[in-house]
Amino acid sequence: METAITAEGLRKSYGDHHALKGIDLTVPAGTVLGVLGPNGAGKTTTVRILATLLQPDGGRATVAGYDLAKQPVEVRRNIGLTGQYAAVDERLTGRENIELIGVLLHLGRRAAKARAAELLEQFGLTDAGDRMAKTYSGGMRRRLDLAASLVARPPVLFLDEPTTGLDLTSRLALWDTIRDQVRNGTTVLLTTQYLEEADQLADRLAVIDKGTVIADGTPDELKRKVGGERLEVAVADPADLAATARALAAVSPVDPVVDEETRSVSVPLTGGVAALSAAAAGLDELGIEPEDFAVRRSSLDDVFLALTGHTGASDGQPETDPTEQQKSGPRKSAQTKEKEPA
Amino acid sequence: MTEAISDSLALAGRQMRHIRRMPEQLLGITVMPIAFVVVFGYLFGSAMQVPGEGGYKEYIMAGIFAQVMLANITTTAVGVVNDLNNGLVDRFRALPIARSSVLIGRTGADAVLVTWTCAMMALVGYLIGWRAHNGVLQTLGGFGLLLLMGFAMSWLGALIGLTLRNVETVSALSGIIMMPLAFLSNAFVPLDGLPGWLRTIAEWNPVSAVVSASRQLFGNEQGATSGALPAEHPVAASLIVLVVLLAVVVPLAGRAYEKAAAQR
Ligand SMILES: Nc1ncnc2c1ncn2[C@@H]1O[C@H](COP(=O)(O)OP(=O)(O)OP(=O)(O)O)[C@@H](O)[C@H]1O
Ligand SMILES: [Mg+2]
Repeated sequence: METAITAEGLRKSYGDHHALKGIDLTVPAGTVLGVLGPNGAGKTTTVRILATLLQPDGGRATVAGYDLAKQPVEVRRNIGLTGQYAAVDERLTGRENIELIGVLLHLGRRAAKARAAELLEQFGLTDAGDRMAKTYSGGMRRRLDLAASLVARPPVLFLDEPTTGLDLTSRLALWDTIRDQVRNGTTVLLTTQYLEEADQLADRLAVIDKGTVIADGTPDELKRKVGGERLEVAVADPADLAATARALAAVSPVDPVVDEETRSVSVPLTGGVAALSAAAAGLDELGIEPEDFAVRRSSLDDVFLALTGHTGASDGQPETDPTEQQKSGPRKSAQTKEKEPA
Repeated sequence: MTEAISDSLALAGRQMRHIRRMPEQLLGITVMPIAFVVVFGYLFGSAMQVPGEGGYKEYIMAGIFAQVMLANITTTAVGVVNDLNNGLVDRFRALPIARSSVLIGRTGADAVLVTWTCAMMALVGYLIGWRAHNGVLQTLGGFGLLLLMGFAMSWLGALIGLTLRNVETVSALSGIIMMPLAFLSNAFVPLDGLPGWLRTIAEWNPVSAVVSASRQLFGNEQGATSGALPAEHPVAASLIVLVVLLAVVVPLAGRAYEKAAAQR
């Protein structure tokens, strides 16, 4: 498959602070790479280098087949960039913002107008199109910003934390827009701190921490790497914890983890359904009636935590994300309960 | 090349739209300078002793024009910092356009605006009795020289803005640069009264050269000089200073733009 973005050993220092210590990335054309990493990991620096805004101190990269160092103008012709902070001219209307980009791309005035109308429509900004961007909400600004980066229909799109600060509805809408772009063949490199977002959108992930890629692969590969499935059993009476742990130890080569606080015991589930029913039978024999008996797939949050030693969504982000809860919250989920052997 | 020009025009047009959106800004670049003309020409005029028959009204006009041109440092610097910090510079730099067009658009638009200010001041000056005596060509020459100064100050402002990248710092610094340039010059008072060494500094101040040159071209009285070189040949001196300044500052500003990154 053709590759749209390659980066080899990108390095960048600010004074004696090494922001990037050799980043390698490969993004096949038409796919989405999610770049995950905590604050200060080097996500924005990487994006800015790939978008020709920043010169790397070392390493090389190609974008859309063009060498970053030798053909920056060709690169710019083929990319769209939505930075971490919305870049809109507050004192122009939404429409004028997009038209200006169209004119600067030499679409011609009429085509620029037509494209602006089209994008405003696509991003649900038609009604606000003739208002100054100053009056826009954060979400509207973000959408306008994304619209402005799509004027040229670029084959490669860089999105630096595109949905940070958006409410759930806007985030879901933006995800749809990004999926639309990908369906039309656009290659996307997207940074995010929302693990759920990476899980939803990205074909592959690269986890960056302290300026290096510490893991990459598909979301499923990463989750498997960190532990795959676990069986979790919660009991009503703390006195049952020890017996429960014994029952679970019998079905797993690894010692169970007991959490007194949540009155639960968990083990890695390696033996599949057989282990599951053996565990249930073991509990039954000991006369323990579990409050909860669930198979839990490790989420990207676990991956992130395991790899970097800190959580992704750490600063000021909504604690409860409904989409996240139904997918990967700790103990619950109707489907896993159904698996409970009678 | 033609694309670079049309890009610069499109970007300058953006600023013109800003003015249309916020008419109060137009008020700012019109009313303040006019108030200067009225206050200096009328109120202080009666109290100031200057050489020649035209009185302080004639003497002060070139000085106020120069003061307004000097203020272009702040105007452009603040504009550039704002574009940088709201991410627009990144947006433009990621487009396949000549990178010079952003700065040319900005300084060009600021030149147009300062020309407007200049025209309004000239009009009000005329109404209160200021006259240029050397015919159309020399008068236009005087304005041309002043506007060239405004343009050079814009580029200096762009360089300062791109280097310091912070509105407060930029306003403070351009204030610190402008104060001595404006007040240690012959813009507002004749230099004869100054102690010798201070007078020498003031006469070598490039602002004095531009002010003297435009007084000369407007045919406004300016009194005796002490024989300092720029005071004897103000037109040549100011042309040289401005062209050299542009030759130094334009490429530096271009370089700063290449590397520009917002401070957050
Ligand atoms: N212009 C700069 N000058 C000095 N240090 C910088 C500069 N830009 C970035 N850094 C440093 O480089 C490191 C990487 O920054 P970067 O912005 O790429 O992180 P990030 O992964 O995007 O973080 P965040 O999630 O907070 O946006 C940080 O430690 C940051 O402080
Ligand atoms: Mg960032």
